[in-house]
Amino acid sequence: MGSITLNKVSKVFGEAKVIPSIDLEINDGEFVVFVGPSGCGKSTLLRLIAGLEDVSGGKIMIDGKDVTQAAPAARGLAMVFQSYALYPHMSVRKNIAFPLKMARMEQSAIDRKVEAAAKVLNLTDYLERRPSQLSGGQRQRVAIGRAIVREPSAFLFDEPLSNLDAALRGTMRLEISDLHNQLKTTMIYVTHDQVEAMTMADKIVVLNRGNIEQVGSPLELYRSPRNLFVAGFIGSPRMNFVDGAYAQSKNAKTAGIRPEHLGLSKDNGTWRGIVKVAEHLGADTFLHLDVDGIGPITARCDGEFGAYHGDTVYMTPDESKLHRFDEKGLAIKG
Amino acid sequence: MATQNTKTLARLMMAPSVLLLLVWMIVPLAMTLWFSFQNYNLLDPSNVSFTGLFNYQFFYTDRAFFQSIWNTLVIVGGVLLITVIGGIAIALLLDQPIFGQGIVRILIISPFFVMPPVAALIWKNMIMHPGYGVLADINKFFGFQPVDWFARYPLFSIVLIVAWQWLPFATLILLTALQSLDGEQKEAAEMDGANFFNRFIYLVLPHLARAITVVILIQTIFLLGVYAEILVTTNGGPGYASTNLAFLIYRTALLGYDVGGASAGGIIAVVLANIVAFFLMRAVGKNLDR
Amino acid sequence: MARSVTTRHKVTATIAAWIVALIIFFPILYTIITSLKTEPEAIAGFSLIPSGTFENYITVQTQRDYFKPFMNSVVISVGSTILALIIAIPSAWAMAFSPTRRTKDVLMWMLSTKMMPAVAVLVPIYLMFRDFGLLDSRIGLTVMLTLINLPIVVWMLYTYFREIPGEILEAARMDGAGLWQEIVYVLTPMAVPGIASTLLLNIILAWNEAFWTIRLSTTNAAPLTAFIASFSSPQGLFWAKLSAASTMAIAPILILGWFSQKQLVRGLTFGAVK
Repeated sequence: MGSITLNKVSKVFGEAKVIPSIDLEINDGEFVVFVGPSGCGKSTLLRLIAGLEDVSGGKIMIDGKDVTQAAPAARGLAMVFQSYALYPHMSVRKNIAFPLKMARMEQSAIDRKVEAAAKVLNLTDYLERRPSQLSGGQRQRVAIGRAIVREPSAFLFDEPLSNLDAALRGTMRLEISDLHNQLKTTMIYVTHDQVEAMTMADKIVVLNRGNIEQVGSPLELYRSPRNLFVAGFIGSPRMNFVDGAYAQSKNAKTAGIRPEHLGLSKDNGTWRGIVKVAEHLGADTFLHLDVDGIGPITARCDGEFGAYHGDTVYMTPDESKLHRFDEKGLAIKG
Repeated sequence: MATQNTKTLARLMMAPSVLLLLVWMIVPLAMTLWFSFQNYNLLDPSNVSFTGLFNYQFFYTDRAFFQSIWNTLVIVGGVLLITVIGGIAIALLLDQPIFGQGIVRILIISPFFVMPPVAALIWKNMIMHPGYGVLADINKFFGFQPVDWFARYPLFSIVLIVAWQWLPFATLILLTALQSLDGEQKEAAEMDGANFFNRFIYLVLPHLARAITVVILIQTIFLLGVYAEILVTTNGGPGYASTNLAFLIYRTALLGYDVGGASAGGIIAVVLANIVAFFLMRAVGKNLDR
Repeated sequence: MARSVTTRHKVTATIAAWIVALIIFFPILYTIITSLKTEPEAIAGFSLIPSGTFENYITVQTQRDYFKPFMNSVVISVGSTILALIIAIPSAWAMAFSPTRRTKDVLMWMLSTKMMPAVAVLVPIYLMFRDFGLLDSRIGLTVMLTLINLPIVVWMLYTYFREIPGEILEAARMDGAGLWQEIVYVLTPMAVPGIASTLLLNIILAWNEAFWTIRLSTTNAAPLTAFIASFSSPQGLFWAKLSAASTMAIAPILILGWFSQKQLVRGLTFGAVK
C-alpha cells in the first residue's frame, strides 16, 4: 500500500511562501513525477512528504493515516537523494543493510535481503567496495538498493539522475521504470527535466512557484496543456507562441503551435521564413527560422527535408493541433 | 535538518562555548578597563585610588611608549615583508617538479613547530652569538670582525628570528594556494603568449591575492604579541631598543608592579589589535559567504 | 615551460630547492648536532661532525629534571586540547548542521576573541590566578590554554563538519536512525578525520604557546616553554646541554607537525585556503 494525500499543505521559510497551498492525491502504485523549473518548490514538496521539513500548514496522509507530525523514519518511505548520500565509511553491503540494521532485523535476514537487492541491481560483485570506488551509475544503484530493502510503501527520488552523464541517464531511466514495473510500489520522482517526466511518469505534476499548474498523464499534458506555462514546459523542442494578428484571427491572445505540427514546404504555405540554424539530428531536423511578421519559430521536420542556413522555407500550422490561450494565459477550450 | 526539534537542540549545543568565551572576553577586559583608571601598584595594594586618565597620560608621555609602538610596527612590518616575499619565492620554487619534494617540504615547514623560546635560544647562541655563533665563524673565516647582533641590531635580530619561525607558515599557505591554480589557465596564458614574468604578474599574483591577505592578517595577530623571543634574547634592550608594546606592558606590570599603567597600555593594545581585527574579519567573513 | 619537463629544469629546481630547505632547516640541524658534542667541542668553532656523545641528554635529565616540564607540557597541551574539543564539538556541530542567520556572526565573534592581545588581560588574569591559587598550577594553565584555543578549535571543527553533506544525515534519518544512532553510526565515523587533525594541530599550538605558560608558571607546573626560557641567561658555557634540552623540547612536536602539515594550512587559515 502506498497512497499519499496532501491536504492544503503549505511551507513558509521566513517571509518566503515557498508553497502557498497544495492539494494532491497520489494513488497506490503510481509513478508520479514532480516537474518544474528550479526553485518551483518541487524538492521542498518532496521533503515535506519525507518529513525532512516541517509543514507550515495542512495535512499529509499516507494510506489514510495522518503523518503530518511523524518522524521521517516512521512514515515508511524511502528516499534516493540527488547526491546519493551514501555513507562513505561503509561498504556497499553495509550501506544497503543500514536501514535494516536500524530496524533491528536479524543478521541472517539482513544478509538475505541485501544479497537479493544486490542481485536485482547488478551489485553482487561490488558488495565489499566502498562508495568512493564505484562509478556514478553504481553509486546510484546502491542508493536505490538501500531504498528497496526497506520495502517502503513509497519511494521518493530527488533528482536522482542529475549527476550522471547523458548516456547513463538514459540507461538509469529505463532501470528505474523497470524497477517500478517489477515492484509496483508508489514512486514520487522529482526532476527539472521534462524528458524524464514524460518518459517515466504515470502522472505528472507540473509545479511553478509553489503552485500546481496541472496534473495529468504525460499525453494529457502534451495534448491539452491547461495554460501557457505547461504548454511551454512540456514538449521538446518548445512550443512556438505567436501573438498579434495571427492569434487574433484564431480568436485568441496567444496561439501555440508545436514544432512538429508545422507542415513544411519549399514552395508555398501560410508563413514564409528564412532558416537561421538547422540542427540535423539524423532522423529529425530542427529548423530555427525567422518568419516574416511573426519572429523566431522552431519547426521540426524529417531528416531528409534538406534545409540549410539561408534557405527559404514555407510553413503551414496544423489547425487541429493549434493551442489557443486567453489574456490570462489559460487555454481556450474547443 | 530544519525541524523545530533540531533548532532547539542546536542552541543548547552551542551554549557552553558561547558562554565561556563571553565570560572570558568580558570579565578580564572589563577589569583591565577598570584598572586603567586606577592608581594601583602591586607593591602598595592597600592604596588604590581613582586617577582618571592619568595612566593613559603617563603612558602617552613616556618616550618608551612611542618607541615600543614603533618597534611593534617594525617587527610586524619587517616579518611580513620577509615572510611574504620569501614565501612567494620559495612556494614558486617548490611548485616546480623536484626530486625529494616531500623531504624538502618537511625541512622547510619545520621551524614553524619550534617553540618560540627554543627558536630564540638557538639563534641567540648557535647562530648569532658574537663569539661562538655560526655567523661569527663565517665572518672569521672571511677575515671580518664578528658582529654582536643583539647589541648592535637588536630589533633586526628579533625580526630575523621571528621571520624564520613564520616563513614556513607563509610558504606552506602560498604553496597550497599556488597548487590550486588551474593548470588550464596557465596553459591558456601560454597559448596567449605570456612569458613567465607576465604569467606571474597577471595570473599567479592575482590568484595568490587571497592567500597573501590571509597570511598577512593571521600573522599580524600573532606578531603584534611577540613576547618570548624578546624575553629570551634581548629582554627588551638595550634600553628600550627592542621593546614592543606587549613587552612594555609586561615590564610595567610584572617588573614595575604598576597595574594601572599596564592596564592602560593593555587597552591601547586592544584598540590597535581591533583595527587589525576589523580588516581580518572582513576578509575571512567574505570567505564564509562562498 | 613545455609539458614534458626537461630533466635539466628539474635538476636545477631540485638543487635550488634543497639549498633553500637546508638553509632554513640549518638552525635545527645544527642544534641537534651540537647536542651530540661535548661542551668544549660545542664552542670550538664550526663543525658538523659531533663526537656523538649522549652525555648532554643524561645531564639535562639528571641535573635539571627534564622529565618534569616535559610531563607538564604533555598534560597541559593534551588536557587543554581535549577539554576544548569537548566544549567545541557540540557547538561546531550545531553551527555546521543547523545553521541559523546568526551562525556566521557567532563564528566571527568567536574568532574576534582570539584577537584580543594577551598582554591586555595579563594583569587581571594574573591577579585572578593569584587570588584563586592557580598560579603555577597545571589546572590553571590547562584552563587558560583551553580558553585561548577554543575559538580556533570551534572554527576548525566547523570547517570540517561543514563538509559532511547534510543529505547523508537526512538519509540516515529516512533509514530509521534515531539521533543517537545517527551520531554513532554515521556522524562520528565521518567526523573522526576532522576531529583528529584538529586535535593534532591544537596540541601543537598549545605545546608551543609561550606567553601564558611562561608568565603563569614558575617551577611546579612549568612546561617546556618556561623550562627553556629559564636558560636565557647562561651561567657558564653549556651549549651542548642547552641543545640537548632544546632538541628534546621540540622533537615530539616536530614529528607531530610533519604529520599534520596538510591540515595545518586549512586549520590555521580557518578553511580560507585549502
